[in-house]
Amino acid sequence: MPGVRISARSAPPQPPRVTSHPAAQRGSAMAAAAEAAAGGGPGSQPAAQRRLRILSGHLQRSPASRAPEPERLLSPSQCGAGGAAERPVASTIPKKRQEILKWNGWGYNDSKFIFNKKGQAEFTGKRYRLSGMVLPVLKEWMEKTLGASLEHKITSRAFLNTSDVPPSIVNEEFLQDLRATKISYSQEAEDRVFRAHGHCLHEIFVLREGMFKRIPDIVIWPGCHDDVVKIVELACKHNLCIIPFGGGTSVSSALECPADERRTIVSLDTSQMNRILWIDEKNLTAHIEAGIIGQDLERQLGESGYCTGHEPDSMEFSSLGGWVATRASGMKKNIYGNIEDLVVHIKMVTPRGVIEKSCQVPRMSTGPDIHHFIMGSEGTLGVVTEVTIKIRPIPEYKKYGSVVFPNFERGVACLREIAKQRCAPASIRLVDNAQFQFGHALKPQVASIFTSFLDGLKKFYITKFKGFDPNELCVATLLFEGDREKVLQHEKQVYDIAAKFGGLAAGEDNGQRGYMLTFVIAYLRDLGLDYYVIGESFETSVPWDRVIDLCRNVKERIVRECKEKGVQFAPFSTCRVTQTYDAGACVYFYFAFNYRGISDPIHVYEQIERAAREEILANGGSLSHHHGVGKLRKQWMKESISDVGLGMLKSVKEYVDPNNIFGNRNLL
Amino acid sequence: MAAGSSRLGAPMYSQKELTSKKRDEFEDILEERRQSSDLRYAMKCYTPVIYKGLSACKPSAIKDSVLQSEQVQYVIKQLSKEMGESTDIIQEEAIEILDEMGHNLHIGAIRFFAFSLSKIFKRLFQRVCVNEEGIQKLQQAIQEHPVVLLPSHRSYIDFLMLSYLLYTYDLALPVIAAGMDFLGMKIVGELLRRSGAFFMRRTFGGNRLYWAVFAEYVKTMLRNGYAPIEFFLEGTRSRTAKTLTPKFGLLSIVMEPFFKREVFDTYLVPISISYERILEESLYAYELLGVPKPKESTSGLLKARKILSDNFGSIHVYFGQPVSLRTLASGRIDRCPYRLVPRHLPQRLSEDIQEFVTDVAYKMELLQIENMVLSPWVLIASVLLQNLPAIDFELLVEKTLWLKGLTQAFGGFLEWPDNLCANKAVTSSLALHSNIVSLVNGQVVLNDVRVEDGATEELVFKRALSILMCGAYRNQLLNVFVRPSLVAVALQMKQSFRKEEIYSCFIFLRDIFSDEFIFFPGIALKDFEEGCFLLTKCDVIQVTPQEILVTERGNSVAVFLAALFRPFMEGYQIISRYLSKETKEAFTEKQFILGIRNFAFQLLQSGSTQCYEVLSSDLQKNALAAFVRLDVVKKMKTTNGFTYTVNKEEFNKTAEMLDSRIPIRKLVTARL
Repeated sequence: MPGVRISARSAPPQPPRVTSHPAAQRGSAMAAAAEAAAGGGPGSQPAAQRRLRILSGHLQRSPASRAPEPERLLSPSQCGAGGAAERPVASTIPKKRQEILKWNGWGYNDSKFIFNKKGQAEFTGKRYRLSGMVLPVLKEWMEKTLGASLEHKITSRAFLNTSDVPPSIVNEEFLQDLRATKISYSQEAEDRVFRAHGHCLHEIFVLREGMFKRIPDIVIWPGCHDDVVKIVELACKHNLCIIPFGGGTSVSSALECPADERRTIVSLDTSQMNRILWIDEKNLTAHIEAGIIGQDLERQLGESGYCTGHEPDSMEFSSLGGWVATRASGMKKNIYGNIEDLVVHIKMVTPRGVIEKSCQVPRMSTGPDIHHFIMGSEGTLGVVTEVTIKIRPIPEYKKYGSVVFPNFERGVACLREIAKQRCAPASIRLVDNAQFQFGHALKPQVASIFTSFLDGLKKFYITKFKGFDPNELCVATLLFEGDREKVLQHEKQVYDIAAKFGGLAAGEDNGQRGYMLTFVIAYLRDLGLDYYVIGESFETSVPWDRVIDLCRNVKERIVRECKEKGVQFAPFSTCRVTQTYDAGACVYFYFAFNYRGISDPIHVYEQIERAAREEILANGGSLSHHHGVGKLRKQWMKESISDVGLGMLKSVKEYVDPNNIFGNRNLL
Repeated sequence: MAAGSSRLGAPMYSQKELTSKKRDEFEDILEERRQSSDLRYAMKCYTPVIYKGLSACKPSAIKDSVLQSEQVQYVIKQLSKEMGESTDIIQEEAIEILDEMGHNLHIGAIRFFAFSLSKIFKRLFQRVCVNEEGIQKLQQAIQEHPVVLLPSHRSYIDFLMLSYLLYTYDLALPVIAAGMDFLGMKIVGELLRRSGAFFMRRTFGGNRLYWAVFAEYVKTMLRNGYAPIEFFLEGTRSRTAKTLTPKFGLLSIVMEPFFKREVFDTYLVPISISYERILEESLYAYELLGVPKPKESTSGLLKARKILSDNFGSIHVYFGQPVSLRTLASGRIDRCPYRLVPRHLPQRLSEDIQEFVTDVAYKMELLQIENMVLSPWVLIASVLLQNLPAIDFELLVEKTLWLKGLTQAFGGFLEWPDNLCANKAVTSSLALHSNIVSLVNGQVVLNDVRVEDGATEELVFKRALSILMCGAYRNQLLNVFVRPSLVAVALQMKQSFRKEEIYSCFIFLRDIFSDEFIFFPGIALKDFEEGCFLLTKCDVIQVTPQEILVTERGNSVAVFLAALFRPFMEGYQIISRYLSKETKEAFTEKQFILGIRNFAFQLLQSGSTQCYEVLSSDLQKNALAAFVRLDVVKKMKTTNGFTYTVNKEEFNKTAEMLDSRIPIRKLVTARL
């Protein structure tokens, strides 16, 4: 299932920790982890480091930069040691991503679901709360819900066969120019394949069983804004196609290379542009290179006692630039806002030149906001290189929670009321019954008889004493953040509202496990793929009054389409409300089915996904809330934003990039 | 042809599989009733399957939720603002409307009906035949999505019978939209209410509150999956046994929850109920002749008891395949205008949607027609009416058998008693309808239409009565025959072979008769092709790219087919003549009907026409509507109703078209 944007609520490299704990403790844990990851590197003295960088910025202004604007002088848009020399800022994800990430699935090499010798499911590795645990009921759930069987296994290729990979065709003159810039690059097959895809189901399927028709010819790693300027200039000079690459977590086919692209395709990997250039504590902003990935950003800001609070589900891997380019949304947007609320300033390199605003102000009335041409442009206009983003002090206190509702309708009504009173916690999510049961399938083996007794008691209380139908009830998971006192007060307010809708508080642990599920589910897809089960997620936003109808109809449509397409076992089709707004909500769907007996599962799957999207649109939902359009949902753009709207976007593209250098063909 | 193009994208109307339409087998449900206790049957354990999403609720809870709904509250607030009255008063009014309207489904009443209807039906009818496969499909459908039952409407028996059948098969009882006139019947009205009927005023166009409450009431029951909703597309009982053109109001109400995606899908189930002998046959004939229908009253019902001693033959109820509204809409109404407006606001249907609703209505009626069972008597009546005043019995049998073959070739759903020889089958049909026909000295005669001299008004009336009653059975054949027949009529009118001319004449006929017969809108060409196809199949005509030629063998068939529709042709001609000669400047419908009735009586008395059916008020109204549609007559709204004036210029054109080469008696034209 989807992958994507699955987040690791608990920032991945951390050791398992207790639910509610003072932030200070968390900070130190983070620092420790960071130290471990960076090998005690320079991350430990951020302030000094920062000062140094600012100085060097003053000293070495790049000759390529244009008319110096006041704030430009302060902004070190060039790399520390000049050119593309490796810098000491350590990222969790190395330049050679394949060293720690799976080449044909989601996440880290060391983390995956397996069935152990006893036939029990287990999650390997040490990175997550669930790591190293046995999940005794997962197997039964897979058999019952998806009709999967351990006897029917289909494994992926064990390694990438480099002879299958399309050859790299790069013209020698360009290579000479490129070498002259000293910017790092690679033409190796593994590097190129790794950047030829996102995490859509069909992409992963191809990795496991086939090969892409077209992949990037060369991967280039700029080290700073100026490097990007040089690369874009070279691309214009040699007429190349650039596809920017951030964290590679796209689920909209945005990274897929157009099969008929004849020009050399450059994958512009921003991962080495990952410095926090400065932090402005007076205005609570930070200026950051766009290639930084979410977990590194939060960890490094944490060292100074700050956070952005932007936590999309994919934050372990996705990058700041990617968030800007896709209009990302974070789980805790209720406190911190979505990316469009967080961004104060953006610098983007386009074939026309660099676009940015002249000041870093909270708001301005200077015609349409140019940031809104950039946000959601999905790599069609240029590369985002630097971003000034709002930061907040790390909250003192954090607490999970959960509420059980007798049915989904009541749960939605409660979320609506909470949104109406504008008292939503940092995060509030409502999962339907199917997902609730799925959550139970991921319960680790209980440590003691006492816990299992307690679980039994709780279940008895809810179903027998309170009369909730176990096949109807659903759960909301909550995350509160802030001052300890305010959090407790806030918590009470929310639980009081919930009670009016028949909701019963169901404990912190359920809440936390709910959030954990979000990142685990992405790993789970790889397990499913081994047993003829394919799945995906998709999302939408919808006005409040249509939430229930949309959820029901889309799920029903999936079931119906599966039946019509000859899927033999009823699909797993489930949804959750993941964000609340004043005027509506964001709804996230998962669906998975067993494809044994179907000759072309990907085709069938795509038809069903398309039908589901049609259903969403017919029900008054949007084309996308935060995944973006990419190439996967392009066909509906016109009806989504009208002919004129599309024409406006096209004319911007026409002006900014007349030769289609940024030729990933997303969106338009 | 151009007319068809606008809807061509929509595969709403598929040409029926004319060759071998497979239909389900029938089971007689009365057989079991005759063998076991009615009381036990009425008290049986009744646990119908229910809609999967049903949230169980009482009738009163439904009323409450209707009253509290955003839709109704919105209208209440609007009205209060406009009229300056407090919302409380309007709310009171809404409650009254709801109480007047609401059903009160109650198992006790149902058991009472189950018992008494068993008794009554067993006395009235020989057999009540049902296709059990259809019942099974319905049972499946009820569990999946909200269901709307759309039966044909020929008799008051229709909805009693349907509820009775659903009870018999342990299916959820429908709630039924019934006319308010029933409420006037003491006790019975209340009993009907308790057996699931809800009542609607016949007209409530202007009353926004009524409309809002009514629409919301229906939709609430539908959305909850409370019970199947049943109503009659035809709006009222067809007095002529021809299918009436559909009404769209209720249909668009029940479709709306799907348009707004409040439900995933809705099943529409066409149901065809055919009577070998219609209970109200003579009543209808009187009504058509202008003797007003008695108001529904309980005492009237009691008086009608005497019919209990009569035999009304068999009833066939055919439950059609449930039609998924979602499937119908797919590709047509994928997106809805409701996406940009809050769904509770009362909204005019967009043209697209109106067109879609219209198409669905016609499609459903065509499906009803397709599965309407035709009895031997229908064939006999058709033959007889072309051979007045009398026909030799042997000849009648022969011609009936011939017509049986033709009907089957045209895809008619004939229930012929295979175990009987043709003679016996005809004899038993004649016996069943002895109030209309008699066998005298080997001659079959229509009662009251014997060759007698003198043509007093009373005699004319009596003859008309018999002919209209008989005609109501022939009419059951017409919708099956109308496409090939109109081709035959066009061939006769044009006396030409040129396909183009015949087609344009066909279009004219199809248009002018579009209130008489059911045509799917906008597909004249398809209808024409279907007519030609059927005629070709039966060797009546040969079609070349340019021409249509009647074969020698086929001539008699063509003549028969044209004659089948002669009463309508002649009727419309007479009316057109009346309009050209007799009318004053402006007239009301009432004046028109009176006028044409007098005019026709004169013609009939003088013997200058034999077209008794022109006396039918149904035909008269349809003709008037057709003339309005063709712009021959102008319809204007005045303070108290509508008035009409003849548009002289247009009129002559149409009259000419109608009259062209129609072999009515020349004499008539001459004398007029």
